[in-house]
Amino acid sequence: MHKNNSGLKILALSFGIFWLFITVYPLIFMVMNSFKESMEFFMGSPWELPSKMFLGNYTSVWNMNFPTYLINTVIIVGVSLSILVIAGSMGAFALSRLKFKFKNVIFLLFIIGITIPIHITLVPVYTITKNIGLYDSLWGLIGPYVGFNLPITIFILKNFMEDIPVSLEEAAKIDGATSWQTFWKIVFPLSAPAITAVTIYDMVILWNEFVFSLVLINSPENRPLTLGLWDFQGQFSANIPAMLAALLLSTMPLLLFYAFSGEKLIKGMTAGAVKG
Amino acid sequence: MGFLSPALFFYLLYFVIPVPMSFFYSFFNWNGITADMEFIGFRNWNTLFGDSVFWRSVVNNFVLVIMSILIQIPIGILLGTLVSSKLRGAKLFKLFYFVPMTLSAVAIGLIWVFIYDPNYGVINEFLDGVGLSHLAKGWLGDPETAFGAVIATICWQYIPFYMIIFSAAISGIPKELNEAAYIDGATRVQTFFRITLPLITSTIRMTIVLALTGSLKYFGLIYVMTEGGPSHSTELMATYMYKQAFTNFRMGYGSTVASFMFILSIGLTLLTLTLGGRKGKTYA
Repeated sequence: MHKNNSGLKILALSFGIFWLFITVYPLIFMVMNSFKESMEFFMGSPWELPSKMFLGNYTSVWNMNFPTYLINTVIIVGVSLSILVIAGSMGAFALSRLKFKFKNVIFLLFIIGITIPIHITLVPVYTITKNIGLYDSLWGLIGPYVGFNLPITIFILKNFMEDIPVSLEEAAKIDGATSWQTFWKIVFPLSAPAITAVTIYDMVILWNEFVFSLVLINSPENRPLTLGLWDFQGQFSANIPAMLAALLLSTMPLLLFYAFSGEKLIKGMTAGAVKG
Repeated sequence: MGFLSPALFFYLLYFVIPVPMSFFYSFFNWNGITADMEFIGFRNWNTLFGDSVFWRSVVNNFVLVIMSILIQIPIGILLGTLVSSKLRGAKLFKLFYFVPMTLSAVAIGLIWVFIYDPNYGVINEFLDGVGLSHLAKGWLGDPETAFGAVIATICWQYIPFYMIIFSAAISGIPKELNEAAYIDGATRVQTFFRITLPLITSTIRMTIVLALTGSLKYFGLIYVMTEGGPSHSTELMATYMYKQAFTNFRMGYGSTVASFMFILSIGLTLLTLTLGGRKGKTYA
């Protein structure tokens, strides 16, 4: 009756392995060739293993501002994330719990932001940043980084908070708690799963952000990693292995984070689309 | 309102107010460096409607959506089925398949530039190796193939995202349904077409909406791989807008492109909201 099952299994497995190859090969290519000397790369085939582990590419990338770029990214992502989580969860709390005028309009305004491409804000954000004197400063990135991630942050957190039963808060209210206390002591801690998801989502987006730093940052010492990579490309145009080393070093932090968090990261990255 | 003020401050200043500002700038001739802005009425808009490169970018954006839907969603469904099946190693497959989603568009773009490289690239080396050298070419340098090559890279990046959405939808189908079909003698393939697929149609609709509204947001990958070239064959609205404003210093004209993108994306959002017929929950 079910004869074709083992055949189907083999088919599924072969497709699975084929797709594994497609996904992983570009990364293997990057790792493998980053250990070659540039001569070896240009003379040989990109499919060949390096003849020896040459670390020179890594040291030259490391000596070319890489640590500065990395630190810049860590700082800017850390600060923006903290503001996002606090401002976002406070906003979501107001939108899911409090009563005030224009509440629905404000919520709609945030929701529309999910689908609007950020590129339409580039010129005004550039002029605003220039006018407040934050052009070419790492701090100038905080505003846009927080602004363009708020819609999805608020959307996810508000949906989650609405499913939290209000009975606890009502009890606290009777005991005389202010809404400020209710938020920090009850709703914020109870929202931990959604806050984790949204933090992961925002972190990956911000770590990989490119266009705002391209527009708002000029000096090499203020560049985050993605923009730094773009620079390396100019400097290493004749040295592909060194460029691959730079790519590997810059993707390493998130890949390591993914290796440890696994499913959690997947859940966070798709939290906006998949409910729960 | 106190709770909302930090969020409103950032959102209004950096997202909401820039929209009318863009429209305002679209009526000026302005290089963005000096203070003198010359009011020129609708001249930028007239230029825009007659600008063949701009329309090329609009068409490319739509081609990109259609290709995304036709390539990413079917493969996403296949992989989603695979990783939510009982196949041994399915969980591990899922973890590996998702890796591209954690990489930046810049990193992905640069890696694929090397894969497509005419002289040292993996693809040409492979073609040489299997005796198909005559097919080898500079994939990104040829206007005939550049857009296809870029789309392939975009698919590589985003298929894992659709895979996860579909694997979640498929895992949500009650097991009894499949078991009942199995007892009735249905093959796996029949179960897939008769049960799984009909039950995930709302998810398919949602992913089409995501592909539609997401398509206007492509920038980094294309900018890094081709900067919109060669001869605008990979130009998208976002890359064109960026280059006009920040490379050619035509801030007024760049803002006109941006304003057009805004109108288009609001239109698409409203369209999908009315077509989708569902409010709120899952269209993000």
